[in-house]
Amino acid sequence: MEIDFTHHQSAHCENGVISNLMKHNGFSVSEPMVFGIGSGLLYCYIPFLKVNHAPVITYRALPGHIFKKFAKRTGIKMKREKFSNPKEAKARLDENLEQNNPVGLQVGVYNLLYFPDEYRFHFNAHNMVVYGKKDDRYLISDPVMEVVTTLSEKELEKVRFAKGAFAPKGHMYYPISFPEKLDLETAIVKGIKDTCKAMLAPVPYVGVKGIHTIAKLIRKWPKKKGVKTANHYLGQVVRMQEEIGTGGGGFRYIYAAFLQESGKMLKNEKLIELSKEMTEIGDLWRDFAVEASRIYKNRSAQTDSYNKVADQLDHIANLEKVFFMKLKKAI
Amino acid sequence: MKKKEVPQDKSNLESANFRELCYAVDENGEYTTENSSGWEPKTVALNNAIEEINERIEDAKNRVIDGKTSPIEYYMELHKMDVSILASYVGFWQWKVKRHFKPSVFKGLSAKTLNKYAAVFEISVDELQNISK
Repeated sequence: MEIDFTHHQSAHCENGVISNLMKHNGFSVSEPMVFGIGSGLLYCYIPFLKVNHAPVITYRALPGHIFKKFAKRTGIKMKREKFSNPKEAKARLDENLEQNNPVGLQVGVYNLLYFPDEYRFHFNAHNMVVYGKKDDRYLISDPVMEVVTTLSEKELEKVRFAKGAFAPKGHMYYPISFPEKLDLETAIVKGIKDTCKAMLAPVPYVGVKGIHTIAKLIRKWPKKKGVKTANHYLGQVVRMQEEIGTGGGGFRYIYAAFLQESGKMLKNEKLIELSKEMTEIGDLWRDFAVEASRIYKNRSAQTDSYNKVADQLDHIANLEKVFFMKLKKAI
Repeated sequence: MKKKEVPQDKSNLESANFRELCYAVDENGEYTTENSSGWEPKTVALNNAIEEINERIEDAKNRVIDGKTSPIEYYMELHKMDVSILASYVGFWQWKVKRHFKPSVFKGLSAKTLNKYAAVFEISVDELQNISK
């Protein structure tokens, strides 16, 4: 069976699944809107956790949080199910497809065969929609892909039951009830307030302070870790900021798009102005990535160049501090 | 970022024939989306990461040949895993997996344990015991 489902490509998988499921249910909500209302923007350094033997920085809320907050703030009820038994997980999925209900799934990336090999890491918080089954192959709408694809029963089971951090455990979710009218206006205000709070949090690993912390670490890396490791770490910082899913500039451009759309909806000129400012900050994040790539491309070891990119980060952090204080006042 | 500045560099995305979505402003300052075939700063970062992984695989392989570690560590690296990921796949404690890295311990592993590892790595027990196969 095949459910009549329209695939729209998105920058990020979680926003994309929500936006696509909303559109399927007759509510036109853009990806940036989902991201903004769900308070997706964040900067967080996660000490003690290493991925690919390098430190982890996230530019977005924890997996699942965007979804949870978006649903709560717009009054949508979601059904979520996790399974210990793959057979049961498959049965529940098939049941939903029989009932013409496309569902969101959390999956691991490592065994997603349609991804380029180089991108297949043990990352377990990817999201996709399954919208049918044909000749024993599941029809997959993966929001980061340009077009739809398919997976065999075995392939899908493997990615649903990937192991390691954030193991999906067959996690399946779908909306079960909607409010009569989607009240985006109040949801936008709640989403913005929450993001400002997180970005200005008085915690050394989070938000603006987190950016300063990373800048400080970058200055120390070449001496403390050696050139090779320092370059490896720096490469990972850039990848987390720019790799598939962020829409560019560590989600800053998506957020700017959200502010522009919100400004028009709420007829708030200040938000439109702040959108422009966020775009400029996004450009600075891109500049940082370019400078950092010069270091690890040439494998150069001058402490100077590390200090230079750290200065760039400190500058961005200062700008974002002012930015989020203004944003807080603008709504 | 302006729409026309969205980078269209060569990248590893090409092999899967897809372009990722970026957000950018058009000439009127309105936000829109544009596909990107890749961007050099991150392609270099990704390639370096891959190179790093390949070095780890090569290193593990040499240590297996020198009798300093068991093939389990080699296959773990080959699958881009670390001890915690491998442990969760086979369902053992991490210290147990690390113990299985010892060639002397590996030699004495039961068929059941070997099968578990082989299943995770999707190879035969024979291939698990002999990495040159």
